[in-house]
Amino acid sequence: MKRVKRRYLALQLECENLPSEREFIDSVWSAVTKLYGEVGASTTGLSLINYDGERKIVVIRTSLVALSVVKASVAAITSISGKDAAVHVLAVSGTLKALRANIK
Amino acid sequence: MTRVFADLHLRVNLKNEQATQQLINRAARFGYSLISIPITLPLREEELAKLKASCKEAGMDFASRVDFHPRTENDLTHFLRKFRRRFEVICITCDTKEVARQAAKDRRVDLLSFPSLDYHKRFFDRAEAELASCSLVALEVDVKPLLILEGPPRVRMLMSLRREVAVAKEFKVPVVVSSGVGEEKFMRFPRDMASLAYTFGLDEVSGLDAVSTNPMVIVMRNREKLSSRFVAPGISIAKEGKTF
Repeated sequence: MKRVKRRYLALQLECENLPSEREFIDSVWSAVTKLYGEVGASTTGLSLINYDGERKIVVIRTSLVALSVVKASVAAITSISGKDAAVHVLAVSGTLKALRANIK
Repeated sequence: MTRVFADLHLRVNLKNEQATQQLINRAARFGYSLISIPITLPLREEELAKLKASCKEAGMDFASRVDFHPRTENDLTHFLRKFRRRFEVICITCDTKEVARQAAKDRRVDLLSFPSLDYHKRFFDRAEAELASCSLVALEVDVKPLLILEGPPRVRMLMSLRREVAVAKEFKVPVVVSSGVGEEKFMRFPRDMASLAYTFGLDEVSGLDAVSTNPMVIVMRNREKLSSRFVAPGISIAKEGKTF
């Protein structure tokens, strides 16, 4: 079986009240589902890697083929659990090591 | 080469100075090098100077822009005759097909915009694109409706945008992606705007061009034309000799 290539995304969270990890990843799933449907969302292989509440930086992982889908969906987020929010993509990388070096 | 990003459509009430300043600061923080806010007519020079100064202070460039909704073709030509040499960017919002066709073939128009929610008034079809490809006009797409709409209205909007962008690509009409926002919470990083453009059919490179190269080309071209040294496209006064 062919190895699935992945990408790590560092996201900057912008909101007044910090959502929980669960609320955040649910909002990402919800955004992907709204824009691309359930079939589209199932191809993303999304998972939450790290949630830094203090710096409001979140790292998520997705498959390379769905990278554009995830980036578009993340940019379309306007609220998280009913409160105004925005999510910006800070960096994208193939390894966590490079990603961390990028956002330092 | 590092890209320089531009947002040609920040919709802010210029009377609210605090909100305007906040939006300008945020645009600078997000990495935009050039922004434009539509000026409401009649033009007040001090208002324009103030905006330019605010942008300069924030480390950005400001392009003067005016939006116009002409009712007839005559309205449009009259407006262009009067204001073309006073603004760096002119955007025409087309409410009728006649106006859309006239705007597409007029080389004095920079941006064509269509009502976001009224799908019957989106006249960017193949005929329009063919006319636009022979002039210097670009198609402007605001991302704000994509952020605020949900469900069927967003689906319909994406459908229209995807069709229009495909037609624009076919006829090599440049697409400019602007935010069209007036509130800070809807502002996005330039690269996020390019990502949003992926939803209506612009690939990564075209999306980035739509927020960097295409708007910058329009502003630079018009600045050159508006400068006192401009003679004709490609000809400008390099040095003036002494008059005897």
